[in-house]
Amino acid sequence: MITAFAIGIAFGFALERAGLGSARKLIGQFYGTDFTVFKVMFSAIVTAMLGAFWLSRLGIVDLSRVYLPETWLLPQLAGGLIFGIGFVIAGLCPGTSCVAAASGRGDGAMVVLGMFAGVLVTGFAFAPLRDFYSSTSRGALTLPEVLHVPYGVVVCAVVFVALAGFAAAERIERRA
Amino acid sequence: MIFDRAPSDGAPASSRPVRRHPAGRLEGGDPAGRMPALRYSDPYFAGVALGLVLLASFVFAGRGLGASGAFTRIAAALSPVNRQPPTANDPWLLYEIAGVIVGGFASALLAGRVRREIERGPRLSRGLRLGLAFAGGAAMGLGAVLARGCTSGLALTGGALLSAGSWIFMLAAFAAAYAVAPLLRRAWR
Repeated sequence: MITAFAIGIAFGFALERAGLGSARKLIGQFYGTDFTVFKVMFSAIVTAMLGAFWLSRLGIVDLSRVYLPETWLLPQLAGGLIFGIGFVIAGLCPGTSCVAAASGRGDGAMVVLGMFAGVLVTGFAFAPLRDFYSSTSRGALTLPEVLHVPYGVVVCAVVFVALAGFAAAERIERRA
Repeated sequence: MIFDRAPSDGAPASSRPVRRHPAGRLEGGDPAGRMPALRYSDPYFAGVALGLVLLASFVFAGRGLGASGAFTRIAAALSPVNRQPPTANDPWLLYEIAGVIVGGFASALLAGRVRREIERGPRLSRGLRLGLAFAGGAAMGLGAVLARGCTSGLALTGGALLSAGSWIFMLAAFAAAYAVAPLLRRAWR
């Protein structure tokens, strides 16, 4: 549990350092003025992805023992769409709202409360959602399995997409 | 006192008009005459640091990061008729999210960024901003339950592990956000 707490501290610290505890900074992503969300998120994904890939390739870490979020096609598609709309209304996501609240922001605390209310209400009104919630289960499915290409190829592709995205983000920011 | 940094409690603003932080970098503006805060880190640097935290979590905890799961867990404990399956039935996420709050606060404190305020678009009243924050949070709550995760546990963690569902969620969330952003322009711009 000390591990969980320590990892949480580092996570919160990194989010705050990046400026992701600020709704106005986050929301710039969707108005083409500030691509911090994309830059931070994708440098983090690329770093952890490459780290996991190489640690596993070198036999240091057994990736099959790391919990892989399971795939549920339609619930995750619908959940993602609803989540994205909520994100722009709120200006913060669950993790960053905790950081915003911790640095004294009332809007952050309100997103935390709203999030909690949303989860609670969904829990109480879960019956009609149950069938949809448990539909289209694909288990622990990865992109390399879907695309039928080696793991390393997908890793490379993600790196290139991220780099191209960074270049585009820099160009758009300079113009804004 | 922590929340309200008047110029008097730290730097004598009158004698030193600009208080240079040890790092020598200042956040522009400082409209309220408060102590200037450190500028935010370079996003790529912060992103790589965040990625290393995520990697450390894979290696030492056998799982990635998370945020919404902590909410789900508390909600499940509170409501007797809560039928949602216990996605994370251990207290790991609760300790982790407690850490996020402590780490976020520590970072903001060290950078001189702790401030009691309500961040909002220039045309938005405080009340409306808080209402939208609540509504947006609630929508994300529903979305996170359906998707079984949020930006942290699903997009970031599963994104790095190349989970198919995580990428579906991430693309859907970004697409929806870009689609509704023009409609919400008045709230932010």
